[in-house]
Amino acid sequence: MNNKGVDKSKRQFLTSALTVVGAVGTGYLAVPFLAQMQPSVKAMAAGAPVEVDISKMETGQLIRVAWRGKPVWVLNRTPEVLATLKTLDSELRDPNSEDSQQPPSSKNPARSIKPEILVAVGLCTHLGCSPTFRPEIAPSDLGEKWHGGFFCPCHGSWFDLAGRVYRGVPAPTNLEIPPYRYITDNLIIVGESAEEKSA
Amino acid sequence: MKPSRLNECGNWVLERFPVTKFWNDHMAHYYAPKNFNFWYFFGSLALLVLVNQILTGILLTMNYKPDAKLAFDSVEYIMRDVPWGWLVRYMHSTGASAFFIVIYLHMFRGIMYGSFKHPRELIWIFGMLLFVALMAEAFMGYLLPWGQMSYWGAQVIISLFSAIPVIGDDLSLWIRGDYVIADATLNRFFAFHVIAVPLVLVMLVFMHIVALHEVGSNNPDGIEIKESKDPWGHPVDGIPFHPYYTVKDIVGVAVFLLFFATVIFYMPEMGGYFLEHANFIPADPMKTPEHIAPVWYFTPFYSILRAIPDKFAGVIAMGGSIVVLFLLPWLDRCKVKSIRYRGGIFKKALFLFVLSFVVLGYLGTQPVTPVATVVARLFTTVYFGFFLLMPLYTRWEKTKPLPKKLTPAHSLEEQLHSLEEQLPAFIEEITTKPHHSEIGDSAFKSSFFSRRPNPEGMAHVITRLAQKVKGSLD
Repeated sequence: MNNKGVDKSKRQFLTSALTVVGAVGTGYLAVPFLAQMQPSVKAMAAGAPVEVDISKMETGQLIRVAWRGKPVWVLNRTPEVLATLKTLDSELRDPNSEDSQQPPSSKNPARSIKPEILVAVGLCTHLGCSPTFRPEIAPSDLGEKWHGGFFCPCHGSWFDLAGRVYRGVPAPTNLEIPPYRYITDNLIIVGESAEEKSA
Repeated sequence: MKPSRLNECGNWVLERFPVTKFWNDHMAHYYAPKNFNFWYFFGSLALLVLVNQILTGILLTMNYKPDAKLAFDSVEYIMRDVPWGWLVRYMHSTGASAFFIVIYLHMFRGIMYGSFKHPRELIWIFGMLLFVALMAEAFMGYLLPWGQMSYWGAQVIISLFSAIPVIGDDLSLWIRGDYVIADATLNRFFAFHVIAVPLVLVMLVFMHIVALHEVGSNNPDGIEIKESKDPWGHPVDGIPFHPYYTVKDIVGVAVFLLFFATVIFYMPEMGGYFLEHANFIPADPMKTPEHIAPVWYFTPFYSILRAIPDKFAGVIAMGGSIVVLFLLPWLDRCKVKSIRYRGGIFKKALFLFVLSFVVLGYLGTQPVTPVATVVARLFTTVYFGFFLLMPLYTRWEKTKPLPKKLTPAHSLEEQLHSLEEQLPAFIEEITTKPHHSEIGDSAFKSSFFSRRPNPEGMAHVITRLAQKVKGSLD
């Protein structure tokens, strides 16, 4: 037996080595534990494209469809609305959709493939509420400056009828435009982009 | 005397498990200041509500189904078909609001009497961690009924995380477990609400109390009772927690339960504040309710979020409004603890803080309007001003001299007695005798009920009261 006292350096080495091995082990275990909370394969596979028939839509009408559990709006805009959209640029945060999310085919002032038909994800880019459709001009509750658009009741964000966000509201970017394309003139498929198909 | 069988059994346990030591350390030989007032009820009441939530929560899990297709109906099933299910559910939902009322008053007590100051900083930190855990617990519990407000409330709050740069979107996806709030989210929130967070809460309560009993309780005078001890080593101004404060707390419990039962039986929804109307409609991912608001206890922080016209800055401000509370022990530079001996500037600041908390809380329940936004911005500034300017204004504070011993509290008998003496003079002042009256018998004429209100006298009383309030603030 060693009577000269304890060799502290060996003890220190063993403690350090054990700590490192333990930490690495904990790290490895943390990966499956945390990754376990990621969307499952089933949830990832659930985003199948959705077909929308627009043949029966009247001008000015909005319909809602569900895609990947999110509300998607299809809006048939009137010529007056399209004319108004061109006059709003100075009031908008991102009129040309430079910082917003949309497929290249919809990166234009009307934010759509065909000017009159808007397809947009109906969730506010602020905190994900679904804005209300308010096409009327200057209603009493929204005031003189309202040219028709989408109003988020949760935190008061304003969007025009192309889903473009106004200045001075909490939402940072324009409404998201999902990938979509026309199968025929009156049949839209949401979830497949026009670019993928033509390529 | 020969020990009885029962005693022998008892001793057998005590030799192996230190029940007596634990009891003495934390109850019978724990000396608390003798001048606790009613503000000191809320600690033990919080413990009571926690037990209520755990018991009723366990009963609710026996019939609740954490499944997006079944959840809403299972709550209605509990309310209609399970024997006494309505009572258990209302006890749980009212308990959630009661928990926050009790905790907010408990926290206010801590700020008012300086209970967060040296040497009790860690008690305050544990308490704040408890508060954060409680908010997480309440938020996740609110998703479970799977009503419209559950769904869209969760959508908004989880989207807060997406405002964090770089990792935000992946983080909120990881929290939801799906691209939108869905079955996966409901299931994991159930797991957190029922197992994970309650365990954390109970552990933190344990640490909160152990830390408290290590340094001893503060009191309304804010002086340390351990500084003057009797020959046996007990604080002169201290009394054993048991039986003195256990008995006192039972009175608090009785009064609390009176209010609690009244809410459960007569107004369980509290006009839409405890259970919001929109939550009686099943969750619809296609449509947000016209007006969404969190439950009342989150509204002050929610108002701060809404007041900032920028997504990321709003989230930072909301988080910051909680974080500054953690820093309180280091922001307050005044050596004097209790508001009784602190300067007028702190009293005014505290008053403004409470006002801003209440106003922000109210605005958070209301829809956004331009005026409301301006008011919310003003009071958000006041809220942060209270904390961030604290190192400055507490340094210049003119404090009053501290007493050497605790000042005795007025007993209820004394207060009633002095009230009885003052009452006739008070009535004399705010009312006048009618000069002549045609009707009624003489006994009625001379009685209190025949007197008429005297606006002048009332104005005097109000002026005196206002002067008294102003005097106490200086």
